[in-house]
Amino acid sequence: MLTNILTKEDTHKQLFTMGHTGCSGCAQSMAVKLIMQVLGKNTIATSATGCLEVFSTKFPESSWNIPWIHSLFENSAAIASGIEAALQITGKKEGTTVLSQAGDGGTADIGLQALSGMFERGHDVLYVCYDNGAYMNTGYQRSGLTPYDSYTTTSPSGKISFGNNRPKKYMPEIAMAHKIPYTAVASAGYPIDLQKKVKKTLSIKGPKYLQVDVPCVPGWKYEPRYSVKIAQLAVQSGLYPLFEAEYGKITSVKKISKKVPVEEYLKLQGRFKHLFKNEAGKAEIEKIQKIADENIEQFGLL
Amino acid sequence: MKKVLEGSMAISDSIRMTEPKVISAYPITPQTHIVEHLSQMVADGDLKAEYVMVESEHSAASVVLGASACGVRTYTATAAQGLLYMEEVIYNIAGMRLPVVLTVANRAVSAPISIWNDMQDSMALRDSGTIQLVAENNQEAYDMHIQAYKIAENPNVMLPVMVCVDGFVLTHTFEVVETIDDIEKVREYLPPLNMKYTLDVNNPFSFGTVGEPSVYIETRFRLSNAINNCKSIIVDAANDYKEMFGKYEGALIDTYKMDDADTVIVAMGSVLGTIKDVVDGLRESGKKIGVLKIRSFRPFPADEIVDALKNIKNAIVIEKAVSLGKGGILSCEIRDALYQHRINSVNVNGYVMGLGGRDITPKNIYDLIIKAEKEEDVDGEFFGLNNELLNKVF
Repeated sequence: MLTNILTKEDTHKQLFTMGHTGCSGCAQSMAVKLIMQVLGKNTIATSATGCLEVFSTKFPESSWNIPWIHSLFENSAAIASGIEAALQITGKKEGTTVLSQAGDGGTADIGLQALSGMFERGHDVLYVCYDNGAYMNTGYQRSGLTPYDSYTTTSPSGKISFGNNRPKKYMPEIAMAHKIPYTAVASAGYPIDLQKKVKKTLSIKGPKYLQVDVPCVPGWKYEPRYSVKIAQLAVQSGLYPLFEAEYGKITSVKKISKKVPVEEYLKLQGRFKHLFKNEAGKAEIEKIQKIADENIEQFGLL
Repeated sequence: MKKVLEGSMAISDSIRMTEPKVISAYPITPQTHIVEHLSQMVADGDLKAEYVMVESEHSAASVVLGASACGVRTYTATAAQGLLYMEEVIYNIAGMRLPVVLTVANRAVSAPISIWNDMQDSMALRDSGTIQLVAENNQEAYDMHIQAYKIAENPNVMLPVMVCVDGFVLTHTFEVVETIDDIEKVREYLPPLNMKYTLDVNNPFSFGTVGEPSVYIETRFRLSNAINNCKSIIVDAANDYKEMFGKYEGALIDTYKMDDADTVIVAMGSVLGTIKDVVDGLRESGKKIGVLKIRSFRPFPADEIVDALKNIKNAIVIEKAVSLGKGGILSCEIRDALYQHRINSVNVNGYVMGLGGRDITPKNIYDLIIKAEKEEDVDGEFFGLNNELLNKVF
C-alpha cells in the first residue's frame, strides 16, 4: 500500500486526484493524497470550510473520487457523526471508513466543540487535522495552533511585537484527554510514517485523531521546494514531535535522527524573519529553542 | 385510536410512525419532552433509529445533515436560542436540498431570556429556504409531521420542513388526539425515502462544493423555485392524508366562518382556537366575522390569501413576532400580496401580541376587534401592554 513514484496516469487514478487548485508546494494536498492512498475507495469524507475544500471542489470540478461532503466551518466532526450513525443503522458501516477533515482553525478553534462531542460519543470516525498553523484560506490569520512568535496577519510582528505571543495549543493532548482509542501526530515531511499511522487507524474501531503538520508556502513564506525540508526540520528540531497514543497513553514516538537547532527551521520561513533582525530577536529564538528542548524532554525524542 | 396526549407525545408518536433512521437533538425547553419520548422509544426498541445525543444544536442539525446526505430519513427538534444556533446549518441543509424534518417548539428569543411562547424564533428562519408549517392544535401537530416528510421527500421539493408548534401552549398541553394505529397505512402514504444523490461509496459524488459567482445565483434560483413551486405538493399532501386517514386541517390556508364576513382575523398557530371561540360568540350576536388560518408560512400562499380576503373590509392580523425596526411581519406580507393583485379595498391592521408567553385571552381578541375596526394600516402596533410597567423606572 505504501506509495512509490507515480506516473501521470497513476495520478489521475488517485482517489484524491491532480488538477486541483492548491498552491505549488502545498503540503496539505500531499498529505491528503497520501492518506487517501491508504484509506482506499470505501471511504466517505467530510471537509470543513478551508483551503482543502476550496481548492479541491471548484464546481463543477472535484478532486475526490470518493463520496465527499462539505457543510460548514465548525461541523466537520458532527457531519461525520451523522454519516457514521446513518451507516450504522443501515448496516453499511462495516468496511466503510468515515474520514472527517479540517484545518487547525476548523479543529482546535471553531470546530473544537463538535470534535469533542464526536470523541466523547465514540463514533467510529478518523478525524484528520491538517495543521498549517493559521487561517491560511482567509489570508494567514492567527489560530490557536499558530506557533509562538509566528507572524500572521492578525498577530503581526511590529515595533513592539514579535508576532504571536502565545504558545501553540496542545491539541493532540486535548484529543488524548478524551481517552479515545488512537491519537497520532504525523508530518507531510515523513510520508511513510504518516501512511503507517493511517493504516493503523483502519484496524481500530472508535474515534481516531490524526494531526498532520503541513507547511504552507504562502502562509509560512518560503520557496515551494522547501515544503518537505521544512516539515522535516520541524520534527528534527523537536518543535513538532511525532508520536502515537492509545487511550490517552503515549505508545510510540518518532526519535530525532539528527537534532538541529530551531534556527535552522526558523530561518527558512518569512513568518519568522523578524526574529533575525536584532539581539532581542535572538533572545526570542532562544525561547523557541526552549520550547523544542522541552518537547524533546517530555516526549523522549532523542 | 383516540388518546389523551400531551402535544409532545403526539409529535413523538407521529415521528415514530414515520420511522426516521437518525434522530439528533440537544435539550431546550419547551422542546425537551418531544425528544425525551423519542429517546425512550429508541431505548425500548419501539423505534429502530440511531439517537445521537449531541453537545449542541449546531451539531444536532449537522448530524441530521450528514445522515440525510446518506439518504436516510432524519429528525431533529429545537426552539428559540437553539434554533438560532442551528440557523447556519439550516440554511446549509436547505441549500444542499436535504429533506430533514424538524419541529420548532416556538419560544421567545432572548433578551430578556424567556422560555415562553411566541414565534420570533421560527420567523428568524423564514428566508432560509425551509418550508414552514404551523400547527393549530395537537391533532394537527400529529398529522402535520407525517405530511411534512411527504412534502420534504417529494423529488420535486427536496427541502427541509419545519413544523412550528407553540411551546407549552401545545407541547405541554393534553388534548384528545386521534392517532394512526396501522403503520402500514403510514408506509403506504409515506414510501421509503429514495434520494437520487447520496453519499455512497459505489457511486461517489461531491456535496457542498464551492459555488463561484458563475454558478451561485443559479443555484439559489433553483432553490427559490423549489420552495415557490411546492405549494401544490403541500395541498396534495393534505388531500392525500385526508383520503387515507380522514383528517384535514387545511393545506396552505384554512378558512373559518368567512362566508359573507366583512371582518376577518388572520393568525397562525394555537391562538386560532381562542380566536374561533370569540368569533363563534360574535357570530351568535350577528356580527359578520370570520377567521383566516395561515398553515404554510413558507412558501407564503399569497394568491390563496388574496383570494380569501379580497372581498372583506377589515383584516386584523395577530403577530406573534415583530420585525424590529419595521413592524408587523405577517401583516406586511399580506398587504404586499394584496398590492400585487392591486386590491386596495382591504384594510389590513397588524398587532403584535402575546410575546414571551403573554396570554392572549378571549377578552384581548374582543377588545382588539373593537379597536381595529376603527383603525387603518396599523403596522405591527404592540397591543395589550401594561402601561404601569412601561412608565416604571427600573
